[in-house]
Amino acid sequence: MRERQSARECRRAREFEAFVAGAAGRLLHTATLLTGEPPGAPAPVAEELLTVALSRTYAYWDRLRGEDPYDRTRQELAAEFTRTARRHRRPRGGLLDRLPPQERLVLVLRLYEGVAEEQTAALLGLPAERVHALCLRAIAEMRSIRRSTAPPAASPGAGAVAP
Amino acid sequence: MSPPDRKEAEVRRMLDGPHPLVPPDLALRAAVRGRRLLARRRALSRAGWLLLFLAALALTVWAATQQPWTPPPTHTTPPLEGW
Repeated sequence: MRERQSARECRRAREFEAFVAGAAGRLLHTATLLTGEPPGAPAPVAEELLTVALSRTYAYWDRLRGEDPYDRTRQELAAEFTRTARRHRRPRGGLLDRLPPQERLVLVLRLYEGVAEEQTAALLGLPAERVHALCLRAIAEMRSIRRSTAPPAASPGAGAVAP
Repeated sequence: MSPPDRKEAEVRRMLDGPHPLVPPDLALRAAVRGRRLLARRRALSRAGWLLLFLAALALTVWAATQQPWTPPPTHTTPPLEGW
């Protein structure tokens, strides 16, 4: 009994390590976008967020039953971010730090992670229309931030927008 | 391509910036924490089962000794009739 349990633990640890090796880069980028820390620098808050999400995936590993561990971790990441959203309101110098946490989460899930609108709504416990509205507002804010910070010569996309 | 799609693509490009470096011990740290979480969860469920078992045992012992299904002894004499 004990031997079988330790064998299972070994296998779980091995599978988990392989999963993290493959997915950590993308997940950490997602977490960094969420916490609003600047890209290309160490992001301790995002690392902590991701570690919590990954540890919950680890604890759930034997009960995944064919569910994608990446989806599970993303779900845990979103839940933990929502739970601690108050701590992430303060700007940290990142790309999305001018958006409120909920808009940030919707934008990252919808556009960076490519989660469908209905699934995002189910994940966050919001109506789909609300998710749609949040996403549109976040996109508009991001584009206005970009236009105000980047000089016109640096963004070739800006030329197409002007009539 | 419709305008919302173009706007979405623009923001998507902005989000896809440089990726941060993953610390090499991230998996290990998460696994250690996950194991602790699992152990705590297991201990909690074990304590719950133990409590349930003890409650069932206490109920059995109480029922066996007190026998609450037997009617209580009558304290009043039945009315005297027919003489």
